[in-house]
Amino acid sequence: MESLMTWLEARLADNSIFTLQTLEYYGEGLTTTVQLVFLSLVIGLILAVPLAIGRGSKHRWISLPIFFYCYVFRGTPLLVQLYLIYYGVVFVEGIQETWLWVVLEKPFVPALIAFTLNTAAYTTEIFRGAIKSTARGEIEAARAYGMSQGLMLRRIVLPSAFRRALPAYGNEVIFMLHASAIASVVTIMDLTGAARFVYARYYAPFDAFLFVAAIYLCLTFAILYLFRYLEKRLLAHLKPASG
Amino acid sequence: MIDLHGYGPRLAEGALITIELAVLSLVLAILLGLATASAKMSRNWVLHRVATLYTTIIRGVPDLVLMMLLFFGGQIGINMITDMLYDRFGVDIFINVNEFIAGVVTIGLIFGAYMGETFRGAFMAVDAGQIEAGRAYGMNHWLVFRRIRFPQMMRHAIPGLSNNWMVLLKTTALVSVIGLTDMVRVASEASKATREPFTFMIIVAVIYLLIASLSEWGFARLQKRYDVGYGEAD
Repeated sequence: MESLMTWLEARLADNSIFTLQTLEYYGEGLTTTVQLVFLSLVIGLILAVPLAIGRGSKHRWISLPIFFYCYVFRGTPLLVQLYLIYYGVVFVEGIQETWLWVVLEKPFVPALIAFTLNTAAYTTEIFRGAIKSTARGEIEAARAYGMSQGLMLRRIVLPSAFRRALPAYGNEVIFMLHASAIASVVTIMDLTGAARFVYARYYAPFDAFLFVAAIYLCLTFAILYLFRYLEKRLLAHLKPASG
Repeated sequence: MIDLHGYGPRLAEGALITIELAVLSLVLAILLGLATASAKMSRNWVLHRVATLYTTIIRGVPDLVLMMLLFFGGQIGINMITDMLYDRFGVDIFINVNEFIAGVVTIGLIFGAYMGETFRGAFMAVDAGQIEAGRAYGMNHWLVFRRIRFPQMMRHAIPGLSNNWMVLLKTTALVSVIGLTDMVRVASEASKATREPFTFMIIVAVIYLLIASLSEWGFARLQKRYDVGYGEAD
């Protein structure tokens, strides 16, 4: 590790912008971005499953509020949602005296809440589409076996719906990675935040932003290949028969 | 009534800028998308490669990063070109990057890539026999495009087009970050000044929802128009 650092330092010796210091900013930014995106995707996914089931409920008092939630969060810009939660939290009377302030003081938590609510809305729609397109015969077969609603959901509907949702969910993951750049607006030092800092410090927009664009491109391709691999594994039975 | 603390007129101006920006960049994106789709389907491999590179890079990088690159880098880049022109040829021009135009160009450039994919799929959905028939009638390339390919392609393109438009509309909010006074910018300034974020942000959200709902209705009508002759089934 020590020798690697000296090697890197020697490489970067005649470089005025990409010093070890700036690379460290980018590194920390990468960590923040990945944390933010990963956490919001995981929590969003957990929220989306019951929401998607409820969205298809026959009871309108369940399905209507979920529809409204999805409509609002999919119909307005993430930036507005982020501002609403970020400023909304800061300006609540007396919140700065409570214990909550310790968590909410840093912009990371409001951003995480906004991103989670946003991705949950999109994921709910994706899952709902997948659940709706379950073959009728499969449901009839499950009923004929005397499965209860819950058992049928767990054993028949959800496993196949998750597989069908995979390609669309892959797009959502990439969308979320790109949307996370917005976090830099509320002073979070994510990848884009680091790039903005480097740009402001050295007044070198091309170096700062092209470098960060390359990192995002790599991350996007990594996600793309991960989902392609998953699709190959999980959707093998749907491939057209060759020969 | 809701107390806007005198921000009402500015909020309306901001909403107008949002709409102008969205519509103008949509026009640019459609033109770029048609060009990209044509380039991707062309037999010329240079055109094909350039178009593929363009769509891959744009779709792999966040909108905000591209916007900052083009906006902050754009002025420096243009200055570099005009400086070079001055040194080489003695032509003295000064171009100042207008925020609004920078916004339109960036958003148009980003969504041109997405439109390109939409249009490519739609073009491929047009029956090849239709184009052959057009050729057989002695129509030239442009006439075939205008009379046969475009009208039939649109039927397949509208769902994707409407989707892209919705995303584009929401992307316009990002221009507030690079200094354009759209309605999100006005609302965030007003939130900070009056300490009433909910009032202003919810108004902005409602305006976005209104525009989205209205355009959804518009696209449904457009789809009906291009579906003429295909019947209700399928």
